[in-house]
Amino acid sequence: MSAPLLSLLAGCNTVVMNPSGDIAKQQAQLIIVSVVLMLLIIVPVLFLVVWFARKYRASNTEAAYEPDWDHSTKLELVIWGAPLLIIIVLGLVTWISTHKLDPYRPLDRLDENRPIPASAKPLIVQAVAMDWKWLFIYPEQGIATVNELVVPTDVPVRFKITATSVMNAFYVPELAGMIYAMPSMETTLNAVQNKPVSSIGFSANYSGAGYSDMRFAYRGVAQADFDGWVQSVKAAGGTLDRANYLTLEKPSIKDPVRRYAGVDSDLFYRVLNRCVGDGVVCMDKMMMQDAQKSREMALNRMPQHAAATRLAQANGEVCTTPDESVKKK
Amino acid sequence: MSEINVTQAGAASADPSSRFYVHEHHPENGTLLGFWIYLMSDCLIFACLFATYAVLGRNYAGGPSGAEIFELGTVALNTAFLLFSSITYGFAMLAAQKKNVKATLVWLAITGVLGACFLYLELDEFTHLIHEGFGPWRSGFLTAFFALVGTHGLHVTFGIVWLITLMFQVGKHGINGANYRRLACLSMFWHFLDVVWIGVFTYVYLMGVLP
Amino acid sequence: MHEQFDLAKLIFGRLSWEAIPYHEPILIGTFIAVILGGIVVLGAITKFKLWGYLWNEWFTSIDHKKIGIMYMVLGLIMFLRGFADALMMRAQQAFSFGDAHGFLPPHHYDQVFTAHGVIMIFFVAMPLVTGFMNYVVPLQIGARDVAFPFLNNFSFWMTTAGAILVMASLFVGEFARTGWLAYPPLSGILASPDVGVDYYIWSLQIAGVGTLLSGVNLVVTIIKMRAPGMDLMKMPVFTWTALSTNILIVMAFPVLTAVLAMLGLDRLFDTHFFTNELGGNAMMYVNLIWIWGHPEVYILILPAFGIFSEVVATFCGKRLFGYTSMVYATVVIMVLSYLVWLHHFFTMGSGASVNSFFGITTMIISIPTGAKLFNWLFTMYKGRIRYELPMMWTVSFMITFTIGGMTGVMLAVPPADFVLHNSLFLIAHFHNVIIGGVLFGLFAGLNYWWPKMFGFKLDRKWGLYSFWLWSIGFWFAFIPPYILGFMGVTRRMSHFDDPSVQWLFRISLFGTLMIAAGIACLLMQIAVSVINRKKLADVTGDPWNGRTLEWSTSSPPPAYNFAFTPVVHDNDAYADMKKAGYRRPLKGYVPIHMPANTWAGPVIPGLSFVVGFGIIWHMWLLVAVGFIALVATTIYHTFNYKRDYYIPADEVTRTEEERTRMLEAHV
Repeated sequence: MSAPLLSLLAGCNTVVMNPSGDIAKQQAQLIIVSVVLMLLIIVPVLFLVVWFARKYRASNTEAAYEPDWDHSTKLELVIWGAPLLIIIVLGLVTWISTHKLDPYRPLDRLDENRPIPASAKPLIVQAVAMDWKWLFIYPEQGIATVNELVVPTDVPVRFKITATSVMNAFYVPELAGMIYAMPSMETTLNAVQNKPVSSIGFSANYSGAGYSDMRFAYRGVAQADFDGWVQSVKAAGGTLDRANYLTLEKPSIKDPVRRYAGVDSDLFYRVLNRCVGDGVVCMDKMMMQDAQKSREMALNRMPQHAAATRLAQANGEVCTTPDESVKKK
Repeated sequence: MSEINVTQAGAASADPSSRFYVHEHHPENGTLLGFWIYLMSDCLIFACLFATYAVLGRNYAGGPSGAEIFELGTVALNTAFLLFSSITYGFAMLAAQKKNVKATLVWLAITGVLGACFLYLELDEFTHLIHEGFGPWRSGFLTAFFALVGTHGLHVTFGIVWLITLMFQVGKHGINGANYRRLACLSMFWHFLDVVWIGVFTYVYLMGVLP
Repeated sequence: MHEQFDLAKLIFGRLSWEAIPYHEPILIGTFIAVILGGIVVLGAITKFKLWGYLWNEWFTSIDHKKIGIMYMVLGLIMFLRGFADALMMRAQQAFSFGDAHGFLPPHHYDQVFTAHGVIMIFFVAMPLVTGFMNYVVPLQIGARDVAFPFLNNFSFWMTTAGAILVMASLFVGEFARTGWLAYPPLSGILASPDVGVDYYIWSLQIAGVGTLLSGVNLVVTIIKMRAPGMDLMKMPVFTWTALSTNILIVMAFPVLTAVLAMLGLDRLFDTHFFTNELGGNAMMYVNLIWIWGHPEVYILILPAFGIFSEVVATFCGKRLFGYTSMVYATVVIMVLSYLVWLHHFFTMGSGASVNSFFGITTMIISIPTGAKLFNWLFTMYKGRIRYELPMMWTVSFMITFTIGGMTGVMLAVPPADFVLHNSLFLIAHFHNVIIGGVLFGLFAGLNYWWPKMFGFKLDRKWGLYSFWLWSIGFWFAFIPPYILGFMGVTRRMSHFDDPSVQWLFRISLFGTLMIAAGIACLLMQIAVSVINRKKLADVTGDPWNGRTLEWSTSSPPPAYNFAFTPVVHDNDAYADMKKAGYRRPLKGYVPIHMPANTWAGPVIPGLSFVVGFGIIWHMWLLVAVGFIALVATTIYHTFNYKRDYYIPADEVTRTEEERTRMLEAHV
């Protein structure tokens, strides 16, 4: 049944089932496994529906009619047992594959034939979902791009992903499954691109007015070509510092590809902790202070008047302008 | 539930139809069960607020922590007001069972006053905090605090409005069936708010201040 | 001068003439059509002096049957609006490629897909499902009404108030542009400062209160008001699914109330539940909304399952196979539906163990669901299947829903979900189960119970047209999204760059047009049936040789349902009665105790609408006055102790004798 259907689709680029990244490939295989397991039940059921619907129609007086037959323990055992067995198998497959394909898990193989040691150093790419474009920072290479992601083939890549304002999702169908990009949070995706490819990536979570155009060019190239590309970006000039970033952060739609030869080394850290602007306390520092306060309270049994004193001190130290970053936009 | 209770339609049991109906049927009154179920749904709302407090309760955002703003003395006084009000409501119910309208109204009034004292202290605490710049807009912790404690306070307010209304209605119609049911429902509501308050002062105030 | 300005602000808030969408031709056109249509309808009602009739007999009615019908009318009207949104979306996506940008700019398109989801779930599926449960359950359990008749009416008007608020957003202001679940920070005050999300929050809050109270109502009804002899395990399966559904409502809707209130507070008072700054946590919203959201979809499907159980048994002329396991399967589904919510956001990055747990629980739910399907199948086995429309819808459901369920289990494997989440594959999956499951169930129920409600059957010919157009059109509309999902196409897009996929969107539009024709045939079916109602009349009250108690009453039933409360001895109580040679008692009628109508049912929700509208537009004076009026009216209503009356015995006698005459004439 699937063969003629698939041939119909030969003209379609069903990239999800035919990707060029190892993680995505394993995910596609998983889909096939789960479908096959379920068809074991689904096909007989659909067949029975059609068969019974025909055979026991009222006009077919030859078929048996037992109006009071409404129970069969044996049948019930099959009805509950057969799906249960399939689900047990599928459940095992789920547990194993979910751990194996966990986006946070460092890669242990380039593809089914070539393992890599867990200690191998992946290429780090920091991705920021903005309104409504993508910023990619290559911290080790010291460059950055907007709406263009280039990765070397057969090199494990580790994406560190965040967002500036609303929830998005980072998704490159050729490469791997998606993961949400969320403000003040960092998600991680480990993946590897096995073949040279020219494709796209996009946001897979609706994020507002410019969402439909929130696409970026995605290219997988041989290592040498990647190095060449990095050099060309470095040669072209331009720096992404905090000031330029704040300009970039302003809402815009259908941004063209931009490249930056230099990028502030702590820019991603600041984006993640929402302190790119001046005079804003970085979130991780704030959270550390909050946790410190909780710890101290637990240790010191603060009496009320000491608390009042401390509060006064704290008011002097802590930045009083967080409101600014809230109202800014 | 309903037990099989067939009343013969008079005639001989040879009539096959008579076992399939009864002449008089009064279904059980479902008000107390219904109110209880509603109350449990209200409990779920509080559960969400407690969960929110669990998630946001240590997000001070550089602002004050619980230890720095909670005054346990006031909380203890408030707790006493509310707990005593539950006791006085209990006395109101006992009086209602004896159909003693006057005593019921007196105990209801005392309950209402105690509830109002609770509310007054709580509003005082809130305005004090807001005055110092520690309103619900200051941090996730304060948001969750005001939401949980404030929602409880709102429920107490509605309870007092209900209580006053019921006092008028008992004064007007006495302790008839409907009024007794209403008193029983308010009783459940009031004690429920008491239980929630125990959760609040334990989880929010005590665990926020004591080590 | 300064004070004048403040007063205007206090009265009008941020409402101004700019709120009316002068520059949107589609909206202005719709507005004109609504005004014209409204004038016609309101004019006709006034001309034929029907206001009194409508107010006394319908709007203030506490009769569960009338309230059930009003719910269904609301659902059907809102269905036309929700489907119009669907048609616009399909049309936009079929043409918006490359340089062509379709006819809906993103600002408008994004409202359309948000409204489509909100309306279909909250104001179509919920009212229709609630309408059926309201109408049928008291009849099935041998009761005269629900446990809290006034609350029933109130719940209906609260739902309607919410619906009107959503519709108002078409013409005054705009709707949310966030998707039907309005995740923050997108739905927060910074990213969505306009009124759209406020319309969303308050229409759902008001409707949600109605639904919650309706849930309490039906649970108590089923627990307390069953006829003598009807133990829980003798209840009809539809009543069992209604009980499970309403337990789910009572346990899920408070979470919705809480989370929407929190979002509202974030927007109104700058709190930090879900903000990015100062300690908020947007992920908490996602969790809370789906803790409500997943039980919600089971609230929708379980009554449909109940309808199928009744229909299959009736039209196969056979006892339902495996009654006990049906009941257990229903309860298991009810419980498990609380343990799966995270499967809606596997991709939020919760870690492998958490994801696996929820994936596995999701798969486990498919076991009792499959058991139900098998039980229907084996009811058909060795039955005598009459292919009236309800049974046809049931067979179509069995095929359609099974495939939809399969795609659901596919999505339940987290790594598979990582490539299919938010794609058109997901869209196809949930439409597959909602249309194939809920909607087909509602159509089956409509054809099944229509004669009981109105005294005449629905026309078969137009029903067949509708059936085939829906059953085939559905696949034309939704196979393309399945394929597109595998091509990596994501949802909620108003414009595409890759022209190679356009043909699939065109096929989907074609399917949607088939469905539109199916809906037109449904409307024709109703119209033709009304016109031909004498020919299609159901005189006996039992047009299908039914098995449950509702079929023992006349069509439509009298206000009091049963002259004498039935006594139950077995499952399929009416089939049991017929087998034993039951004959209606013809004399000895007694006065019957009934609840009385009250004006407060429409009025208090009306005031809620006013308060909601005021909050949306920051019209604080209106809010204050409206709220005080609301509380005062409610208190005033509680001073009314005269809530009931007796139908005198001779009126009962007259009604029953009229029925006797009809039955004798028919034979």
